[in-house]
Amino acid sequence: MTGLLRMVGSGALSVLRKMGHMLIFLVQSLSYAFIPPFKFRILLREIQFIGTKSMTVIVLMGSFTGMVLALQGFHLLRKVGSEALLGPAVALPLIRELGPVLSALTITGRAGSALTAEIGIMRISEQIDALTAMALNPMRYLIVPKMFAAIIAFPLLTAIYDVVGIYGGYFVGVKLLGLSSGTYFSQMEHFLEMEDIRIGIYKSLTFGILVLWVCCYKGFYTGYGAEGVSKATTEAVVMSSVLILIADYFLGTLFI
Amino acid sequence: MKKFDLELAVGFFLLIGIICLGYISIKLGKLEVIGGEYYTLYADFAKAGGIKPGSGVEIAGVEVGRVKSIRLDKDYAALVGLEINSDVKIQEDAIASIKTKGLIGERYVEITPGGSDKILGNGGKIRDTESAIDIEELLSKYVFGKV
Repeated sequence: MTGLLRMVGSGALSVLRKMGHMLIFLVQSLSYAFIPPFKFRILLREIQFIGTKSMTVIVLMGSFTGMVLALQGFHLLRKVGSEALLGPAVALPLIRELGPVLSALTITGRAGSALTAEIGIMRISEQIDALTAMALNPMRYLIVPKMFAAIIAFPLLTAIYDVVGIYGGYFVGVKLLGLSSGTYFSQMEHFLEMEDIRIGIYKSLTFGILVLWVCCYKGFYTGYGAEGVSKATTEAVVMSSVLILIADYFLGTLFI
Repeated sequence: MKKFDLELAVGFFLLIGIICLGYISIKLGKLEVIGGEYYTLYADFAKAGGIKPGSGVEIAGVEVGRVKSIRLDKDYAALVGLEINSDVKIQEDAIASIKTKGLIGERYVEITPGGSDKILGNGGKIRDTESAIDIEELLSKYVFGKV
């Protein structure tokens, strides 16, 4: 009986300890973010890695998301005779929910996993220890530029995703299904408020910090050997994806 | 082979991203970047139900501004502040009325121009107003008869 209780207790304690460890990691890396010198060159390289290189896949995913939304929305709206609302039916979910969430998931898969593996391999091949030995702060060199790159890149990628999705929906709704182009855009402008776009941007900022936090943490404190890095990468991707969806729900309730 | 141009790649990404962000915020979110091209008029409505800050203001179906603020006036009327495009002149005997787009569409403020020579300036007040039509009230009057 006491054995069972002890098991529950130690489990809870270890979860709490891990959470605290993660929080301390975040606070530490953010505190280095405001102390010069800043590493602009590394920041540029990270924006290139997280942002520019993700553009192709974001454009691809965005256009097909918009097209699917338009296709399904059109057939649903036709049943109630209000095809005119196709524009907002594509744009509202895209800007408020799908844009931030799906682009964050995509970037997690493309860039987050790579970041975890990169930092993890630096850890197991003792490059991080070498940096520390040379009195170069690994947080400042590795984590802070990545965090800032994510804060810059995530909202921009989300915006690209939204715009491409809206034009993908335009292609299907107007060019293939025969809606008038004026209806599509004017209804969209009529229904969308700045509020919706702000919510989308807040969400993508949150997801950017969340993904980078989890991925950098998992890589920074990876296990031993190749197996440890592979496990850390898997954990980072799974945990980021789950956290994105959970955070999306709670941000949704907060902003509704 | 030329060395990979880091600045160019990052600049390209930032440019595209900012253009997209600007497009959705200005075109779809109606964010006003350039201020100062509006002036404010006020109008007292007996009932301002259904309009909210951001609702459109139209003349002859053309959007000329938006509703800026709604608050309660001294005599329990709704004081509605309207932001009007500065190139649109509104006479002091113009009529402001709250209308509905379609049967169940959203509410907006329609301004019917007057014939006076006096033009309202910033902070002016439109005296003639028509309140929102309460469809529920009309229906109940029709169904139950006037009490």
